[in-house]
Amino acid sequence: MSESNASATRITPGNALRPEDIAASGVKPTGAVGEYALRLGDDALILAQRLGWWISRAPELEEDVALGNIALDQIGHARSFLTYAGHAWDKTEDDLAYFRGEDEFRSAHLVEQPNGDFARTIARQLVISQYQYDLYSRLVNSADATLAAIAAKAVKEVDYHRDHARQWVLRLALGTDESRRRMIEGILLTWPYVGELFEDDELVTSLDGVAVKPSSLRASFDAEIEALFSEAELEVPDVPASVGGGRQGRHSEHLGYILAEMQVLAREHPGATW
Amino acid sequence: MVSGSQTGDDGSKAPSAEQPDHPTAEPWPLWEVFVRSSRGLSHVHAGSLHAPDAEMAVRNARDLYTRRNEGVSLWVVPASAIIASDPDAKGQFFESPQGKDYRHATYYTKSEGVKHL
Repeated sequence: MSESNASATRITPGNALRPEDIAASGVKPTGAVGEYALRLGDDALILAQRLGWWISRAPELEEDVALGNIALDQIGHARSFLTYAGHAWDKTEDDLAYFRGEDEFRSAHLVEQPNGDFARTIARQLVISQYQYDLYSRLVNSADATLAAIAAKAVKEVDYHRDHARQWVLRLALGTDESRRRMIEGILLTWPYVGELFEDDELVTSLDGVAVKPSSLRASFDAEIEALFSEAELEVPDVPASVGGGRQGRHSEHLGYILAEMQVLAREHPGATW
Repeated sequence: MVSGSQTGDDGSKAPSAEQPDHPTAEPWPLWEVFVRSSRGLSHVHAGSLHAPDAEMAVRNARDLYTRRNEGVSLWVVPASAIIASDPDAKGQFFESPQGKDYRHATYYTKSEGVKHL
């Protein structure tokens, strides 16, 4: 790391794996591993873009910072996964983030869902953080050393995201009539997008020992949510599942708008630095 | 500010579907945050924050005051639980030691024959 990038306020940077280390390593994944890393990275990237909207809009300044921190953690995970994925096709993380079209993104529909009110965002956070926590907990044992290393760093951060969401679910559900009404509505709006996260397909099946099979994470997810909901006096809603298709590049109407905002600067001024 | 001109010049914004409105809630209570750094022996006051309860206060403190590896332990205390000295009582509280040099070790001359002091 060059000294000019060093933060004056940093006390110790720690020794966790950074995207720059992955870029420098030059380890080239197979196309299939790259595709898998792309899915993980795109989930994190689109979620981060969504969460960033809350900065200056959360109910309190402290929550601006909390959601902003979570978004930045997700950006960090996205950078690592996309840097690694990019090596499969000689592309950089920026090529992948800024110069792919909607149908080339592999994120699940859940992360592109609107923020709605704070309760709806918390419902989405609850689902994605539990899923990512279980996923990264298992990915640390991947036969692919880079994926395992990214997961080892990410799992600690996602553990905190999960705690943040759970704390808020309890408070909103057991708070006032209004907060409870909003929490229940947020869960109802979020639940159709849960199923897609746990679908297996040819790619993950072919990467036995490298990828974590999404279907294998479902039991833990259900048990954790059920225990939390029983404490929060909530019910798991019985709602029809959305069509899905995000892993194949089929997205809802929301992703295009997200990408337009996220990519406009990089596309207007290709190669710009600041 | 096209949308502003549509709603008049009073600066008010039309409510949008995505903009969460603030309910008429009481503000969150204030908490004082103390951080112990990895090499520090004691917790040191770092600042304050708002949080709905103690558990969330510790979490908010983590987000606000330990972003750069500053700490290994956090305390939060309700600001209302801290009893402070009265700034107007500065005279009676803090000026009395002035002139009382004999309260400092340097006031005393070393006795003859004492080698290691």
